[in-house]
Amino acid sequence: MNSPQDEQPVIALVHCPVPLSNQQHVLLGHGSGGKMSAELIRGMFLPELGNDILNALEDQATFELAHLGLETTGQGAAAAFPPGARLAFTTDAYVVKPLFFPGGDIGKLAVHGTVNDLAVGGARPLYLSAAFILEEGLPLELLRRIVGSMREACEAAGVQLVAGDTKVVDRGKGDQVFITTSGIGLVPPGRNLSIARAQPGDRILVSGTIGDHGMTIMSLREGLEFETSLQSDTAPLHDLAEQMLTACPNIRCMRDPTRGGVASALNELAEAARVGIKIDEAQLPVRDEVRAACELLGLDPLYVANEGKLIAVVPAADAERLLAVVRSHPLGRDARLLGEVVDDHPGMVVMRSLVGGQRVVSMLAGEQLPRIC
Amino acid sequence: MKYQDEYRDPAAARKLQQAIRQATTRPWTIMEVCGGQTHTIVKYGIDELLPPEIELVHGPGCPVCVTPLEVIDRALEIATRPDVIFCSFGDMLRVPGSQGDLFSVKAAGGDVRIVYSPLDCLKIAADHPDRTVVFFAVGFETTAPANAMAVWQAQRRGIVNFAVLVSHSLVPPAIAAIMASPQNRVRGFLAAGHVCAVMGYEAYEPLAQQFQVPIVVTGFEPLDLLEGILRCVRMLEAGRCGVDNQYARVVRRQGNTAAIDLVKQVFEVTDRKWRGIGTIAASGLRLSEAFRHYDAEVRFPVSRHDAREPDTCISGLILQGVKKPWQCPAFGTNCTPEHPLGATMVSSEGACAAYYHYGRHREVANMPAR
Repeated sequence: MNSPQDEQPVIALVHCPVPLSNQQHVLLGHGSGGKMSAELIRGMFLPELGNDILNALEDQATFELAHLGLETTGQGAAAAFPPGARLAFTTDAYVVKPLFFPGGDIGKLAVHGTVNDLAVGGARPLYLSAAFILEEGLPLELLRRIVGSMREACEAAGVQLVAGDTKVVDRGKGDQVFITTSGIGLVPPGRNLSIARAQPGDRILVSGTIGDHGMTIMSLREGLEFETSLQSDTAPLHDLAEQMLTACPNIRCMRDPTRGGVASALNELAEAARVGIKIDEAQLPVRDEVRAACELLGLDPLYVANEGKLIAVVPAADAERLLAVVRSHPLGRDARLLGEVVDDHPGMVVMRSLVGGQRVVSMLAGEQLPRIC
Repeated sequence: MKYQDEYRDPAAARKLQQAIRQATTRPWTIMEVCGGQTHTIVKYGIDELLPPEIELVHGPGCPVCVTPLEVIDRALEIATRPDVIFCSFGDMLRVPGSQGDLFSVKAAGGDVRIVYSPLDCLKIAADHPDRTVVFFAVGFETTAPANAMAVWQAQRRGIVNFAVLVSHSLVPPAIAAIMASPQNRVRGFLAAGHVCAVMGYEAYEPLAQQFQVPIVVTGFEPLDLLEGILRCVRMLEAGRCGVDNQYARVVRRQGNTAAIDLVKQVFEVTDRKWRGIGTIAASGLRLSEAFRHYDAEVRFPVSRHDAREPDTCISGLILQGVKKPWQCPAFGTNCTPEHPLGATMVSSEGACAAYYHYGRHREVANMPAR
């Protein structure tokens, strides 16, 4: 069995504050999940707050129980943890407009998002906390529906919400409801997923169609409402992840491509592992409705958010078997192997286009903007 | 998806690719005029599929890129006013003026909104009678009819708290300017299909004769571009000039006459400055006399300082097809989509942004060889 601590990679991304360009204000692009977000993290947060665990920039932090002064073989509460297990910890804030949308609502997102950040690190999600920022005047009935939805989502994900906080801000100083959830989970012994572990020759799997959530929200945006049968894909991925890891313990890493989409997740991976990634446009699973809406607006589904999909990097020898496992799961029916990890162009994602040319799939600069014509 | 899948078919692409190789015996430089076509070329790697004799250069047909710096500055000034709701197409928001962009005006408290149609502005105006809704009316002949319609409707419905900041450009005078330039290398053109869908292509026929070039009206899907290139190469190889229409499923010779009539009613032709290129006579549109009171520059007198482009930016040469993005020393270093020096790095249709976004490693790898 590997010693998780020895292999835990630490990626040196900090100690050299990147200038935050010449911006004087926070721009919407700083929240896009693309390059501007990365710039904010590396130029502002990591220089002040960075440490070995945070600097790894995984979807979740994991730490040895020994670091907490807990002996996994001793008495008391810690005795429940098997030797070699690690704790995983993550947090995420949720803002979405409208609060309710086809396929979900902000409450479901807030539970699923945090559960998924734990699950893609190989952790079994255990406990969540939730903090609500409410705007004065919010109808209580709305809040009741959101909280009810969170309860359902927690039950489905097998987690308990064990701590919380509520703040109310003046009318006009918030936008109805903002929710922040944090979660802890347990990584069983021997599991050591990290985006830095991808190796040339590995294959890349995506668990289903991409862009469903982002285009569902986009279709409801003010001034842009268009008729569509699209639904958000928001779903808890803990069971799918667990089955994948049980069937194929060699999975190198997983990510849930939320904000910034599949393109940003793959770019983060390529950069962290200093490998190239090659994907095939013909293998991208995109629903016709998503494709049509993206064409209409001049958007690229590779950059559109998902809330119930994961990407896995897996040794080639296990790829087909893993694909079959994923496809047999209700949340993975449309899974595909969409590419591979390569020696060439380290840090870069390259896509073979439908007509045979190639292009770089770069990190999103700011927000994706609909084109003029 | 219909009208899309059949124009992205790999087998058909291979056939066209072979036909282009067979037709080509000499080096030819062909300009695709429209930024949307540049986007498709780089996105699908179409330039890689061509024989080495064929060089594609990217034209000035990116509305965001050619909007002059002074106009952006005026937009920023108007958008800052508390009595204004400033509406724009999305990709104008990141274009840098002398000081900041519309996103930073928004972050500093300006009411800047992205709209998807200029007609949406009329609804916003009706909802906010106490403020003036200003729409940033930029673009080529393609967006002119919808922008004209918004002004025409405002007049008809008596909406007074609406105005447009106009910076419309016309394609044929730009083609003439490129051909007349002593630096010109272009031997054939792929004309912008959507511009021609509105205006038709009669205006290109005298240009083809005057400069003895083939002009092929071309669509935007990968197979459209390959077929447009093939038709252009065949004409070049045969020594023929004239206008050919590859995009016949959309474009008619006389264009969309209802749209043309509306544009002529609301706008009139004027000289226009093109960012990075300079002033081209009779290459733009402004509001005609009957609609001049909807002009935001009349409504909100703004300062008339001359804005200076960053010295290092060569976007003018890029827009004229004289240089490629990777030949700029700032490309990918001082100038990136996050921190653009010029508009060609901002818009998804801009050549620099397209190269950076889709082809960076390829061009950088090729640089020493050229």
